[in-house]
Amino acid sequence: MALQVENPDADGASGPPLDVAQNVEDLEIQLLLDGILHRYGYDFRNYAPASLRRRIRGIVEKEMLPSISSLQERILREASCMSRFITSLSVPVTAMFRDPSFYRALRSEVVPMLRTYPFVRIWHAGCSTGEEVYSLAILLVEENLYERCRIYATDLSDATLQRATKGIYELSRMRDYTHNYQLFGGQNDFSSYYTADHERVIFSPRLRKNIVFSQHNLVSDGPFNEFNLILCRNVMIYFDRSLRDRVLKLLDSSLCRLGVLGIGRKETLENSAITTRYGELPSKVRLYRKES
Amino acid sequence: MRRLVAIGASAGGFQAITQILGRLPVDFAGSIAIVQHRRADESSLLRELLAQRSRLPVIEPCHGTLLRPGHVYIAPPDYHMLVEPGSLALSVDAPINRSRPSIDALFESAAAAYRHRAIGVVLTGASADGAAGAARLAQMRAPVIVQDPTTAEASTCPAAALSRVPHALVLQVVQIPERLIALCGGSPDPSE
Repeated sequence: MALQVENPDADGASGPPLDVAQNVEDLEIQLLLDGILHRYGYDFRNYAPASLRRRIRGIVEKEMLPSISSLQERILREASCMSRFITSLSVPVTAMFRDPSFYRALRSEVVPMLRTYPFVRIWHAGCSTGEEVYSLAILLVEENLYERCRIYATDLSDATLQRATKGIYELSRMRDYTHNYQLFGGQNDFSSYYTADHERVIFSPRLRKNIVFSQHNLVSDGPFNEFNLILCRNVMIYFDRSLRDRVLKLLDSSLCRLGVLGIGRKETLENSAITTRYGELPSKVRLYRKES
Repeated sequence: MRRLVAIGASAGGFQAITQILGRLPVDFAGSIAIVQHRRADESSLLRELLAQRSRLPVIEPCHGTLLRPGHVYIAPPDYHMLVEPGSLALSVDAPINRSRPSIDALFESAAAAYRHRAIGVVLTGASADGAAGAARLAQMRAPVIVQDPTTAEASTCPAAALSRVPHALVLQVVQIPERLIALCGGSPDPSE
């Protein structure tokens, strides 16, 4: 079947006139992103437009402003508003052991390979508030591999990284996390990894010992090490195709030969710049080995 | 002119959705994006069940999946599904109205990307998710169809949408396919 791609604006004349407010909003977003690039050097122009629009509308509401143009004014004048903007763009809401089958496959297919190295370097790119980094740390502890690992957990936002570093989460989430941990086939009582009060839990400092939390911008920063395993899950869904390809090249150049790249359940390397040199591991949970 | 049909449903939605999909012809000319509220697990059972009951291919999209006419796209569990011009995008932003996927997220993005060429369909559900998105669609002069709340298994969802879009077209589920065919193109259902 022929591939047909839509261009909803292609037939301009046949429908009612396009809504003016919508066109103004498109222009406001474009001007906001240009302004941020000129003022602060952050380039969000290749973020996926639908998600970005939603998030920007949310920020306008949170800042109690009447329009995106007024958000632009505040961001250009107040650096603190820019920090809040970055933070809201970098906080997807994830869960510990999100997609338990992914972590099961990490344990069964990737850990044996990691064991062959005397020292293991792992990059968790776009770690957000850290839930999945601690999940990985727990997995490595249970496989007696943690002591030889160093995990570099990076994110765009400093404020988000500070939250990740603390390892403090809502107690109310623990039921779901424990359920995920059990589906993953964890070896211990999940609660042995944290201390709880009546509202929140804090994860054990021993899980954090070999994690380096650090600021890194996938859009503009380069490679900083060579890794045996890179996890970048549900990060590239926020990028358009050209940016995704650029980021994949960055991850590729940061991965050693036979290293493994893990992406999100609903992301794919198909039709990407690096697809030919990667083979998906047998469990088919978006773990790919770099073959050349 | 190709159109994008955005369907939102919560409690009781499976039956309503299958009734609609089951009556759409293979040459249906629109693309259909569906958010059905569901539990956050890794299962793709819903896709399989819908595929068994539809003549159209049913797909659980990845990020970036291209929209094709006569195809049905069902939002994967624990992701928002958003519409871009000609493709679908996913996100793991916070739940909206305590839901991920959220109907509002689908409708609002469809309004921005397809404007009056989008069509919103609000089906049964016990949540107000979808009402704000339906209002956005209406602002773009996109047709909004709401399942008759008196015949919906759960009336909260359609009633909330109607309160935001009072001039929406109120239909029984069995009347919806015919209307979608008229709006998008395709052979009339021979069983009618």
